[in-house]
Amino acid sequence: MLEIKGLNVKLEEEDKQILKGVDLSVEAGTVHAIMGPNGSGKSTLSYVLSGRDGYVVTEGSATLEGHDLLDLEPEERAAIGLFLAFQYPVEIPGVGNMTFLRTAVNAQRKARGLEEMNATEFLKLIRQKAKELQIDADMLKRPVNVGFSGGEKKRNEILQMAMLEPKMCILDETDSGLDVDAMKLVADGVNALRGAGRGFLVITHYQRLLNHIQPDVVHIMSDGRIVKSGGPELALEVEENGYGDILSEVA
Amino acid sequence: MALAQPKITATEERLSALRLPESGVWLARARGAAQDRVRTMGLPAARDEYWKFTPPGTLVQPEAPQAAVFRHDEAPVFDGIERLKIVFVDGVFDAAASDPLEGEGLQIERLADVAAQDIHWARDLYGVLETRGQTPVDRPLAALNTAYASDGILIRVTGHVSKPVSLIYHHESTSSDAILHHVMKVEEGASLTLLENGPAAARFNKVMEVDVADSAAFHHVRAQGRDHERRAATHIFARLGRESTFKSFTLTVNGKMTRNECVIELTGDDAVAHVAGAALGDGDFHGDDTVFVTHDAVNCESRQVFKKVLRNGATGVFQGKILVKPGAQQTDGYQISQSLLLDGDSQFLAKPELEIYADDVACSHGSTSGAIDEDALFYLRARGIPGNVATDLLTLAFLAQAVDEIEDETLRTEMAARLEGWLSRRSG
Ligand SMILES: Nc1ncnc2c1ncn2[C@@H]1O[C@H](COP(=O)(O)OP(=O)(O)O)[C@@H](O)[C@H]1O
Ligand SMILES: [Mg+2]
Repeated sequence: MLEIKGLNVKLEEEDKQILKGVDLSVEAGTVHAIMGPNGSGKSTLSYVLSGRDGYVVTEGSATLEGHDLLDLEPEERAAIGLFLAFQYPVEIPGVGNMTFLRTAVNAQRKARGLEEMNATEFLKLIRQKAKELQIDADMLKRPVNVGFSGGEKKRNEILQMAMLEPKMCILDETDSGLDVDAMKLVADGVNALRGAGRGFLVITHYQRLLNHIQPDVVHIMSDGRIVKSGGPELALEVEENGYGDILSEVA
Repeated sequence: MALAQPKITATEERLSALRLPESGVWLARARGAAQDRVRTMGLPAARDEYWKFTPPGTLVQPEAPQAAVFRHDEAPVFDGIERLKIVFVDGVFDAAASDPLEGEGLQIERLADVAAQDIHWARDLYGVLETRGQTPVDRPLAALNTAYASDGILIRVTGHVSKPVSLIYHHESTSSDAILHHVMKVEEGASLTLLENGPAAARFNKVMEVDVADSAAFHHVRAQGRDHERRAATHIFARLGRESTFKSFTLTVNGKMTRNECVIELTGDDAVAHVAGAALGDGDFHGDDTVFVTHDAVNCESRQVFKKVLRNGATGVFQGKILVKPGAQQTDGYQISQSLLLDGDSQFLAKPELEIYADDVACSHGSTSGAIDEDALFYLRARGIPGNVATDLLTLAFLAQAVDEIEDETLRTEMAARLEGWLSRRSG
């Protein structure tokens, strides 16, 4: 599904190397987790994959089902099935959440050669998905993420994911700022989308999210590289001993 | 202070290209006095402080600069709205295209029709509110209008009005130089919605004096017409009585030169005045909103909300002032002017001012100028929304704050649709 090979990335504005050769392969239907200390490059990886400006790929490749991601505009990446749940969802005053979602859903359908979803169909679908995530009608009407609490923002990300039904989902610290109940809701939302050949890359700083979303593979990222990969037990190891032991072991 | 010789010359050149229309006693007096005011003030010149952001030359020169007529197949603004239509073509009243000048609760007349009379109710307002608006800042183009207006509409609202009055301004001649002067008198407890749309002429000088009596309401929505080469200098002079409401919204798209002045005087307690504008300029566009709100009563509220989207070298100007006179306690004054610059070639020039002589007031103002929010743009694109569509969404969101000032939902939707149309015609 997602193939990343020898990815080297530096900042556009300054000569600073952030990713220093990332190799990663997420097979269809699997959940991979990336853990790592702050500043190790996890968000950078998610941004580079989704096409944010400000980064330069100096070496390596990234493909989604064989499509060269790095050659595509952000909206084209979304249309072929890539989704990033942002660590910091952006507030957009003046754009209604519902308008935004409908525009996004229909833009993607159009890009895939499908007919636009009509207003009634769309409403029915969004109401159902919103209910599952305990997102009330008011949140749908408000401008995108404006005045949302941290937890509401994260649930709104998952709602978008549920509506867009991407093939490859990257979740960047979706657990940060969530209380236990909200985390459970988010995890249920993610788990509902598991299977069906979908790939997940769950970026998290802590192990606790992985209690709810069981990963198939866990990677440890440090200083722009994946330094260790293993099964779910690797996450427990981090939880117990912190990153120190693992990092000194691979150093 | 004596005027500089070049200013006198420019003023006399302009006046010699005009002729005072024949008038009966009431109007002849007003016109003569206005002509004197023009000569005393002199017409605007490039060095005038009040015109430092907007070159007045083309608005002042004796002949109107040529302006091609812009043909398009877009449905006319306010098309589906039930209203009383009054049509002017290049500033000339078009009787055949207009509805009969009558309506429930309304007394409507043409200035040209009543000009010969010796007395008329409009005497108490025509040129009177304009004169009040000449202090503390000169507005010579308005005085010129009072002196030379060829026609205009005089409306007196006495009771319940069943539909909006709609002034429609067509532009057919490439060299037309129209001067119209309207007077609106909304009597106690009455209310009127006035719509205006169209480019009007190659060059348009329009004054509207609005007297809103106690507990009366005046709602105004206008769209200035899409002709790229048109020029316009417009003035609104409004005087508000106790517990009255004045709300005005202007959509300015295209036009080489637009200067919209709005002068509002809150003279009765508990009155409310909102003035808002959304402007879209692409290329050879200069759009200036100059607003002056005077609080001269207790517990009044005023809002100024102006948004401009500029690209390809367009220029936007905002000069806005809130003056709170001694004794105008519990004033609530708000002013915001913002521009969204879609590229590096465009510019926004703003001069927000507060002058306050009362102690118990809450006044705030803000002015910003910026580009599209890159984080928001990326967020939308990451959800699959193409860059141009995302830019339009953010642009409309930026303008929404001004459009939302329109109280009536139908009119608000109409203005939003026009903005959307303008954007979609331009997005790649
Ligand atoms: N736009 C940027 N400007 C400056 N430094 C950046 C930028 N983006 C990332 N970095 C730096 O790159 C490193 C990795 O950051 P990030 O990818 O956010 O890490 P993580 O998500 O693992 O905490 C950090 O040292 C961070 O400061
Ligand atoms: Mg991060």
